[in-house]
Amino acid sequence: MTTSVSIKDLSLNFGNVKVLESLDLEVAQGEFIVLLGPSGCGKSTLLNCIAGLLDVSDGQIFISGKNVTWDEPKDRGIGMVFQSYALYPQMTVEKNLSFGLRVARMPKAEVDARVKRASEILQIEPLLQRKPVELSGGQRQRVAIGRALVRDVDVFLFDEPLSNLDAKLRNDLRIEIKRLHARLKNTMIYVTHDQIEAMTLADRIAIMKNGVIQQLADPHTIYNKPVNLFVAGFIGSPSMNFIKGDLSGTTLSVDGQANIPLTNYQFANQTNGASILGIRPEHIVVGDEARKMPVQMESEIEIVEPMGADTVAWTKIAGQSLTFRAAAEVHLEPGQKVLIGFDPGRGSVFNAASGNRI
Amino acid sequence: MTQIAEPGERAAPGFAGTAAERKPRTRRKFNIQSVLGTTPMIATAIGVFVICIIFSIIWSFTSSKLFPNFNFIGLQQYERLWRTDRWIISVQNVFVFGALSMVGGMIFGYLLAVFMDQRIRQEDLFRSIFLYPFAMSLVVTGLVWQWMFDPNLGIQSAVRQLGWTNFEFAPLVKQETALYGLVLGGLWNGVGVTMAIMLAGLRGVDSEIWKAAKVDGIPTWKTYLFIVLPMMKGAIATAFILSATGVVRVFDIVIAMTQGGPGVSTQMPAIYVIQHITDRANVAQGMAAATMMLVPVMLIIGLQYLFQWNAKRKAARI
Amino acid sequence: MTAEAISSRLASGVVDSSGPRGPKPKTVTVGRIGVYAFLILSALFFLMPLWVMVVTSLKTMPEIREGHLFNWPALLTFDPWLKAWDTACTGRDCNGLKPGFWNSVKITALSVPVSIVIAMINGYALSFWKYKGSELLFGILIFGAFVPYQVVIYPLIIGMRELSLFGTLPGIVIVHTIFGMPILTLLYRNFFASLPIELFKAGRVDGAGFWGIFFRIMLPMSVPITIVAIILQVTGIWNDFLFGTVFAGRENMPMTVQLNNIVTTTTGIREYNVNMAATILTAAVPLVVYFISGKWFVRGIAAGAVKG
Repeated sequence: MTTSVSIKDLSLNFGNVKVLESLDLEVAQGEFIVLLGPSGCGKSTLLNCIAGLLDVSDGQIFISGKNVTWDEPKDRGIGMVFQSYALYPQMTVEKNLSFGLRVARMPKAEVDARVKRASEILQIEPLLQRKPVELSGGQRQRVAIGRALVRDVDVFLFDEPLSNLDAKLRNDLRIEIKRLHARLKNTMIYVTHDQIEAMTLADRIAIMKNGVIQQLADPHTIYNKPVNLFVAGFIGSPSMNFIKGDLSGTTLSVDGQANIPLTNYQFANQTNGASILGIRPEHIVVGDEARKMPVQMESEIEIVEPMGADTVAWTKIAGQSLTFRAAAEVHLEPGQKVLIGFDPGRGSVFNAASGNRI
Repeated sequence: MTQIAEPGERAAPGFAGTAAERKPRTRRKFNIQSVLGTTPMIATAIGVFVICIIFSIIWSFTSSKLFPNFNFIGLQQYERLWRTDRWIISVQNVFVFGALSMVGGMIFGYLLAVFMDQRIRQEDLFRSIFLYPFAMSLVVTGLVWQWMFDPNLGIQSAVRQLGWTNFEFAPLVKQETALYGLVLGGLWNGVGVTMAIMLAGLRGVDSEIWKAAKVDGIPTWKTYLFIVLPMMKGAIATAFILSATGVVRVFDIVIAMTQGGPGVSTQMPAIYVIQHITDRANVAQGMAAATMMLVPVMLIIGLQYLFQWNAKRKAARI
Repeated sequence: MTAEAISSRLASGVVDSSGPRGPKPKTVTVGRIGVYAFLILSALFFLMPLWVMVVTSLKTMPEIREGHLFNWPALLTFDPWLKAWDTACTGRDCNGLKPGFWNSVKITALSVPVSIVIAMINGYALSFWKYKGSELLFGILIFGAFVPYQVVIYPLIIGMRELSLFGTLPGIVIVHTIFGMPILTLLYRNFFASLPIELFKAGRVDGAGFWGIFFRIMLPMSVPITIVAIILQVTGIWNDFLFGTVFAGRENMPMTVQLNNIVTTTTGIREYNVNMAATILTAAVPLVVYFISGKWFVRGIAAGAVKG
C-alpha cells in the first residue's frame, strides 16, 4: 500500500489561536478519507492546508511522495470541490472546466479531450454551453466535480460538497461520488459534518475536535468502538446513551440503585472509579427479546417518537434518561411499563475523568 | 490503524521545544504583485493622508506667509487664530449650520421615508423628485437658491405680487438670517439622500416585527417611532456620518450663495483656510485653522474606536 | 364546551351569514389623503427651484424685472441659452461656458477610468491578497475619507508644484484620483469581500495568480459595481468645485468654476436669464446621468455611504 498524502506534525496558528496542533495523517493511494467533526474543529482548515490555500505554521505535507509544503496549489497535483461550487459565473460550463488547463497553456486538442472525458463521466455533455446560473444545484456540483476531474490529478479534495443541496439530491450525489471513486480509484479527502455521508463514503473516518484528530479508523470501528466520549456522542443518531456509574471490577453501580454486570465487556485497560457506560439506542431491545439479554430491567416509557421505519422511545433507568429504538410494529405508549435489555458487550465503557475508552 | 491524539498531552512545553529546533518559516505571506498593484494606494495613504497632514501641522507652527518656511514660532498662529473674530464666527457658524442641517435633514429625511413606505403609488417618481437635487453640484444649488431668495425678484416679490404685501422671505440679505438660507439650500440638496438611506433602513427591518406590532395593536406611528426607529441604527449612523463629513467640508454652497456674507455672517472654517492660503497669503495661519478642523474628525474617530473597543470587550465577556 | 354552547354557535352562525364576507371594500381614509398631501407638497418644494430655473432662463430681462417668478414666460426666448453657452463673460474672456464644458469633459473622461481602475485593484488586493500592513493602509485611506480637504490641500499644492503638475490636466486628474480613492476602494473592497472566497480558492487551484484571477475571474464579475462606481465618479468629478478652483489652473478650469465666475461677475448688469441658463447647462450632465441610471444612482449612494 503506497502512501498518497502524508501529513507530518502539521500546526497552524492564527495569531494566538491554535487551529491545528501537531497533526499527523497518512492517506493510502486510492483511499477515501472523510474528515468529520463539528464546525470549528479544523477539518476545513486542514483541507485548505493540504490544498495549499493556507500557509501552515509548522510541519510538512507530502503528496505522492513529494514535499509540497511550500508549493502553489496548482503544483500539488490536487483538484478541489467546494461547498458553494465556486463556479466562475461569467464562463460557460465548458470554459469553467477548461479554465485551469487554459491557464496552464495546454494545447487545445488536449483540453478538449479532457473536457469531453470529464463531461462524459459526469453526464453533463448537454450542459457544456450553459452558464452556471442556468444550472440546478445538482448540475452545478457535477460541474464543480468535473473541474477537479479534468485536472487529471491523484488527489481529490472535497470541502462539504453536498451541504448546499436538499436532502434528496444529497443522497443521489453521494451515491454518484461513491461510484466515481470506485471508477477512478483516486485518493479522495472529503470534509463533512454529516455523519451519514461519512459513514457511507469513507474507507476511513478521521473524527476531529479542536484541531486534533480524535480517532482515525474505518466506519465500523468508529461506530462500535469509539475511543472516547466525544467520538461516541458525535456518531450515531439518536446519540449513544451514557449511563454514569461507579466501576468496580466488572460491575457498574448506578447511583447505588442498580448494578450492571459488565462481564462480557472486553476491557482494554480496566480502571476502577467513576465511569460511563455507553450503549447505542439500537442495541437496546424490548419485550421478549430483552429476556435473552445479560442486562434486563423494567422501565416506564416517557415519550414515543414514531419515525416510520422504526420508533424511538424515551425512558429512565436509575434516574438517568435513556433512549432506545424499537421496531415500528412494537406498540409503545407513554406510561407503559416495559422490559428492556441489552448486552454490555456491545457497549463502550469510558473513564469519566479522562473520557477515554477503557 | 487507530491513532489517538490527546489535546492535553501536547501541552506548551513540547510545542516550545519543537519551535526552537526548527527554523522559522515565513514565506508567501507577502505577494509582490499585490504590493505592486497597490502602489497608488500606498502612495496616497502615506504620501497624502499622512505626510501632507504632518506638513500642514508643522507649517501651522511657523511664520510662513506667501511661501512656506520652517521658522518656528510656537503657538502664535493659534493664539492669533482664536483672537480673530472672523474665525470665531466661522466656528460658531459651522456648528449652527451643522446642527440645523443635520437635525433638520434627519427629521425631514425620516418623515419622507416613512411616508414613502406607505405603499404609495408612483413611488419611483417621488423618489426621483426627492433625490435629483443631489445629482447637481452644490454650486448649482447655491446659485439657484440665491436667485430664489432674491429680495426684489425672488419668492418674496412673487408672493407680494399675489397680495400679501408684507410677506418677507429673503434670508440672504440680513446678517441674522443668512445662515438659515444656507441651511435651506443645503437641505434641498441633501435630504433626498437621507430619505433614500432611511427608506433602505426601513425596508431592511424584519417584516415579522410589523406583524407582531399589528397583532399587539400598536398604532402605526408608534411602531415607526418607538420600535422601528431604534432598530435602524445602521441607517441612522450612515446618514449621520455622511452629513457630518459634508458639514465640516462645507465650502462650495457658501461660495456660490453668499461668499461668506453679508458681512462675515456666513463665514465657514473651510473658507477661512482657503482664503488664507490664496488671497491673504498667510499660509501658517491657514494651516493653523486647517489643523483645528482636523480636531473634531479625530475626536469622532477616537470615540468610534472607544465604542468598538468597548463592544469587543463586552462581546469577549459573553 | 357544552352541547348547548355548540348548538347555539351553530345557530348564530346561520344568522350571521349576512355579515362581512369576501374582500374588504377599499375606502379612501383621511390618513391616505394626508400621506399624499405631504408627499406632493414635498415634491413641489423639491421641484420649485428647477421650474424657476427653467422659466427664468426662457424669459427676457424686461419680463424678469416685472417679477412673477413662477410664471411661464410670456415671450419665449432661447437667447439666454445661446449667450450662456457661447458669449457670456468671465472677466475679460467672453466665450461663455463652452471652454469650461470641454475642460470638464476632459477632466471627467480621464479621472473616472483612472480612479476606478486603481480602486478596483486596491479592493481586490485588500480582499484576497492581504499583505503585512495592507489593513493599516486601508485604515489610513478610510480616515482620509473623513479628513477635511483643507487639511491636506496646501502641502498637496506644494508637492504638485514641485512635480510641475500644479495647474495641469494630469495634475487635476491625479487629485481626483487621490480624493476618490477612499470611497471607491471601500466600494470595491466590500464588493469583493461579499463574493464567496471559494471562487478565489478555485482560481488558485486552477493555477491563476494575482493578475490572472483579477482579469479572468474578478473583472468580468464586477460589471454591476463598476456601473455604480462610474455614476458616483462622473457626478462627483463633474460637480467638483474646490479642486477645480485650486488645482486645475486657468487653462483647465472646469465648468462649475466657470459658472460661478460668470454668475458672480460684478461688471455690468446681472443677466438672470443667462445665469439660470448657465446653471442648467452645468447641471445637465449629472442630471442626465441621474435620470438614465435611476435606481443605480441610489445604489451608488447607499454603497458609497455604507461603512466597511
